[in-house]
Amino acid sequence: MLRLLWLIPAIPMASAVVLALFGAGLRRRVVSIIGVGSVFASAVIASAVAADFVSSPPEGNAYRQVLWNWIGVGSLRLDAGLYLDALSLLMTLVVTCVGALIHLYSTEYMAHGEGFSRFFAYMNLFVASMLILVLGDNLVFLFLGWEGVGLCSFLLIGFWFTDPANVKAALKAFIVTRVGDTAFMIGLFLLFQRLGSLDIQQVLQNAQAQWPTGSAYAIAAAALLLGGAVGKSAQLPLHTWLPDAMAGPTPTSALIHAATMVTAGVYLIARTHALFVLAPPVMTAVAVIGALGLLMAGFSALTQREIKKVLAWSTVSQIGYMFLALGVGAWIGAMFHFFTHAFFKALLFLAAGHVVETLHENDIFRMGGLRKDLPITYWSFVIGGSALAGLPYITAGSYSKDQIIWRAWASPYGHPLLWAAAVAAVLLTSLYTYRLIFLVFFGSEAKTPEHLPGMAMLLPVIVLCVPSIAAGWLNRPPALGAHRLFDNFLESALPPAPAGAHPVLSEGLSELAAASAFAIGLALAWWLYIRRRAHVEAFASSGPAAALHRLWFSGWGFDSLYDALFVRPVVWIATVNKSDVVDQVYAAVSLGSRALNRALAVTQTGRVRWYAAGIAGGAAVLLGIAIFL
Amino acid sequence: MTLIWILAIPFFAGLLAWATARLNDSSPRWISLAASVASLALTLQAWWARAPGARWAAEYNAPWIPEFGISFRLGMDGLSFLLLALTFFLTAIGVFASWTEIQESVGFFHLNLMWISAAIAAVFVALDLFLFFFAWEAMLIPMYFLISIWGYERRVYAAIKFFIFTQFSGLLMLVAILALCFAHAHATGVITFDYLTLLSDPRSNTQSLWITLGFFIAFAVKLPMVPFHTWLPDAHTEAPTAGSIILAGLMLKTGGYGLMRFVVPLFPDASRTLAPLAIALGVAGVIYGAILAFGQTDLKRLIAYTSVSHLGFVLMGVFAFNELALKGAVITMLAHGLSTGALFFVVGALQHRIHSREFGRMGGIWNVTPRLSGAALFFVMASLGLPGLADFVGEFLTLAGTWQATPTAAAVASLGVVGATIYGLKVVQRVLYGPNVNNLAFADFSPREAFIAACFVAASLWIGLYPAPVLSALSTSAEPFSVITSITRSFR
Repeated sequence: MLRLLWLIPAIPMASAVVLALFGAGLRRRVVSIIGVGSVFASAVIASAVAADFVSSPPEGNAYRQVLWNWIGVGSLRLDAGLYLDALSLLMTLVVTCVGALIHLYSTEYMAHGEGFSRFFAYMNLFVASMLILVLGDNLVFLFLGWEGVGLCSFLLIGFWFTDPANVKAALKAFIVTRVGDTAFMIGLFLLFQRLGSLDIQQVLQNAQAQWPTGSAYAIAAAALLLGGAVGKSAQLPLHTWLPDAMAGPTPTSALIHAATMVTAGVYLIARTHALFVLAPPVMTAVAVIGALGLLMAGFSALTQREIKKVLAWSTVSQIGYMFLALGVGAWIGAMFHFFTHAFFKALLFLAAGHVVETLHENDIFRMGGLRKDLPITYWSFVIGGSALAGLPYITAGSYSKDQIIWRAWASPYGHPLLWAAAVAAVLLTSLYTYRLIFLVFFGSEAKTPEHLPGMAMLLPVIVLCVPSIAAGWLNRPPALGAHRLFDNFLESALPPAPAGAHPVLSEGLSELAAASAFAIGLALAWWLYIRRRAHVEAFASSGPAAALHRLWFSGWGFDSLYDALFVRPVVWIATVNKSDVVDQVYAAVSLGSRALNRALAVTQTGRVRWYAAGIAGGAAVLLGIAIFL
Repeated sequence: MTLIWILAIPFFAGLLAWATARLNDSSPRWISLAASVASLALTLQAWWARAPGARWAAEYNAPWIPEFGISFRLGMDGLSFLLLALTFFLTAIGVFASWTEIQESVGFFHLNLMWISAAIAAVFVALDLFLFFFAWEAMLIPMYFLISIWGYERRVYAAIKFFIFTQFSGLLMLVAILALCFAHAHATGVITFDYLTLLSDPRSNTQSLWITLGFFIAFAVKLPMVPFHTWLPDAHTEAPTAGSIILAGLMLKTGGYGLMRFVVPLFPDASRTLAPLAIALGVAGVIYGAILAFGQTDLKRLIAYTSVSHLGFVLMGVFAFNELALKGAVITMLAHGLSTGALFFVVGALQHRIHSREFGRMGGIWNVTPRLSGAALFFVMASLGLPGLADFVGEFLTLAGTWQATPTAAAVASLGVVGATIYGLKVVQRVLYGPNVNNLAFADFSPREAFIAACFVAASLWIGLYPAPVLSALSTSAEPFSVITSITRSFR
């Protein structure tokens, strides 16, 4: 069964090629069958591979499949090879299963309008690239998937390309992530030069053998990889592309935020965790980036008006939790949160799609009372939102988040400040999530849906509700019997979180703190947005609160900052130098020779007197030179 | 003898095309197409039929002007083979791309095209410096005609500028060749222009730095290296489509080839002295070319400037003196020939339809011509170095190799990848995407054009996903690879 591994990325890839070449001539039903069927087929094969992997684990708990020799120069040997261990298996399962549901949803969501086959070609390519990213056995093959994901995000965000704003958002996503990718690529050069290989397992082994903890090379290499990771995972300081990425169709957002793309950076760091352990300053940086990101994005989410933008900022914030987990060495904790987040964030985006599609409205302040009109959507939002906010013990999100919060304190890399940030962010998350739910589904009805979502859009949402609650039960905390199925599964690929000695706080107390933060957030949201809605709006639009509101709404002004620092200077130089200053030098030479030509042409008068005078003068000068020198 | 055929077929096909133009317009086209395909087939056949382990897959040697030690000596090793194959591939594409664009003096057009092709092929296989110089100069005249007769608005200006730049640098090379040969004659008493003889007698003294510079500048102008690049945008922009494909795809490569075949192997010591400057100028080209490309509003001119950026990688890779960077530089040359050639082809097709190259006259053409736009998007992605396509392999290897020599240079040059993303996406934004404000409506790719695009796509995917045959062909090349290893050794 494991030998079928290559089919998992190959089927969506083949389907993407077929749809790109011939899709325009196919009927929509055929396109749907190919586009959705391919990802479902991948999901089925992935499940079969997973069953085989778990029931009879391969030697060393990893399976390697070389497809062909890709690049070979001197000692650089790169295969197009796949590497399956518990970590990549988990990612593969999530990508294919959640991806398949999103594809099914898209058949209805995208049914009207142009470019149906183009959309599925891009989506399939997206899934295929992500699968290559998680399965690649060397860093360059991983990079191939990595860049493919970037390309597809560009194509999908700019899917409705006749609107220049969408195109701008697409460009921003590709260019900003490519800045990170360049750092990643430089990191590869460094790793290859120092460790003589780019095979992931070999790199990690050699790094552990050659570099002591804290060695400058390890720090540089880890920092460069981190550069790539923050780009793709939309973390500080390269997070600015994600909120704008809402320009794409909603299923695209679900795919980008839940199953693919933004989790790539988390995966990369988890995959190369042995390298990061050798670089403690970079570990700290990862944790701090995560902590700052989750607070910053939380405040921004609090002020947004567009339903999808709230969710977008919540993604930046939730990925911040994953980074925080990675930074404190809780590798499995990060992957657990990735796992639960994939379900509830896909659920939220797809449910938001119901609202957007049936209302043709994005602004949550022009919505309200949808609880009765869209009951399934409402309950999905309650389940997904509660998972996001971390409703204790019931939803999946609380299980994964509590682990991270506890590790932020208990790990030797941890710090009470990191813990405090993580707990504060729970409050924020709870506040902005329920604000969203209360504004959209409660209160007076502002707009009625034009129609109800159909089966293809309802089914994936209903299915996703199940793991949004139940996925958490895979890892129960000590209070519930310490049944850690998920941890045990991943422990063949990732080391357990390091234990430290922080006696002041126990895991149970930490959970209590998180639960209280959740409750405060919920109560505050209820009080502000149901009881005192008029007050809060008046408060937010006056005095210093308005300034703060604007700052948060604009995402802390990063866009204006980058615009002033990078975009405008580059555009200015390029525009000013459009006709190339170097060429002006040659133009001057050419002008000079022409002027000389004209000056000399004046002397050609045809008058013998002038010529005779010239000859005489020249002779005199020559004689003078001969005599005096 | 095969090599003689490979060169003679396009040469005589050109004459034949000229002569048959009286009959009708299509015979020159078919003759030229057949000749380029025949030469391509012969090149491939000669490569596959080579004796294992032989230094040259094919060679030819006959005395030409024995009094001066000049012979008609040709040889094809792996490096020459790849560039020769690219030459005839792009020539065939060039003929095919001009099928409907060129309607005036069809016979003379194809005469020029075929002669350029023959001359470039001769540059890639010549093993006698005099013969090399002869072929080098022979490229220019038909290219001059191509630009000045069939070009666009500022064709005469562009043609003269092109001619002066290359002619002047060619003069420096001639002086350098003569100086090298006389120095050799002075030392050994034998006058010869034979490359292999001169190679086995390297005189790396102070005098050779000047000789090296003569060669170096000639090749650097062709490459083109900043600050000698300003002939390129004019020539590429004003040339007809086939001319642009050949200029960007092949003629620039003669510069890179010259650096690899002549400058580094003949003058290893002087090359080492030059290396920091060359790498710095290569990196400068990568960045400066990208900035210039981004600033343009003329689509063809933008693409022309991307060549300055991409060929900067080649210059850098050659002077990093290691196998990784050098092979990367060769792949970059091939990949650039494909991606930029393809982009010029798309722009030509577009200009043929809307009679403009300005961004202001474009926009939103995806809904009008999905096939043309899809092809354009693909080649933009190839050009910005998307993994899986040819340019990535070249740039990655070049950068990885250069990193080993000078990490700073590689790190700065890596920013060129970001630059390529920015100008590449600008093309997508301004041409393919956005609203169709100009109400453009025109035909999509014809089957002929779709076939050409498919050839480019297939070639780019092949080198991007399975470059092993290309890389192993290079391993059989003695120069410059063996020399590089000895240089690297002397570094340590």
